[in-house]
Amino acid sequence: MNYTKLNMNEQEYSDYVDAHSKKSPIVKNCTLAFIVGGFICIIGQIFTDIFQHYGLSFKTASTYSTILLVLIAAILTAFKLYAKIGKFAGAGSIVPITGFSNSIVSPAIEYKTEGVVLGIGANMFKIAGPVLVYGICTSTLIGIVYWLIKLI
Amino acid sequence: MDLILTYLKVFVTGGLICLIGQILIDKTRLTPARILVTFVTAGAILTGLGIYQYIVDFGSAGATVPISGFGYSLAKGVIQEIDKIGFLGIFTGGVKATAAGIAAAVFFGYFCALFSKSDIK
Repeated sequence: MNYTKLNMNEQEYSDYVDAHSKKSPIVKNCTLAFIVGGFICIIGQIFTDIFQHYGLSFKTASTYSTILLVLIAAILTAFKLYAKIGKFAGAGSIVPITGFSNSIVSPAIEYKTEGVVLGIGANMFKIAGPVLVYGICTSTLIGIVYWLIKLI
Repeated sequence: MDLILTYLKVFVTGGLICLIGQILIDKTRLTPARILVTFVTAGAILTGLGIYQYIVDFGSAGATVPISGFGYSLAKGVIQEIDKIGFLGIFTGGVKATAAGIAAAVFFGYFCALFSKSDIK
């Protein structure tokens, strides 16, 4: 019998887990991610349009829109509401900038008991840290390449 | 009518970017942290190649709100600053362009975490 076999190698174990874990309904997940992600972007566009309506330039308006989205997501995370959206929206709530904000607040709350410096301060960047590292490194590399091309 | 079309473009663009993320999660079991890193890097590279600007022109907030838009702002900031002040722009442009987002995320994040109750079960 398959499940009585204790000395499974890695491949066999992986197959075993695959066979017994619930298949994630990919079409449903993707539809929800599409709708929720698209909806969050629409909210961002509405904020930008409202700020522009009150005479701000496009650049300033979209910056305010980003700040507002980040603030809303941080508050929703603090009240444990963002996790509820995330449960059914998947990537739809992770990929937008609100997910970035959530990734800062969520571990900070989780490790709060370890203190305000090493608990909140350090864990805020558990996910946001890598994002900043890779984002800044990539863009700096692009800058170097662009500068070199301009030089020629 | 124009407004509806704009919002439809925003919805479809933003939705599609998130859909790609969901496929990556379902098919490769990438963790959310890796998804965010992949998207920010992809956004920056596509901006460097001049492709992401087209997506932003088409989908506006649909392309800037996802985290790939953060990579876009970083890379675009670097390029614009190099045009303006030269070599130093490589190091000042990116963070300058995204300063508001980073500062807001850190500031609001810190205080929301501080005033939220940590639930230990």
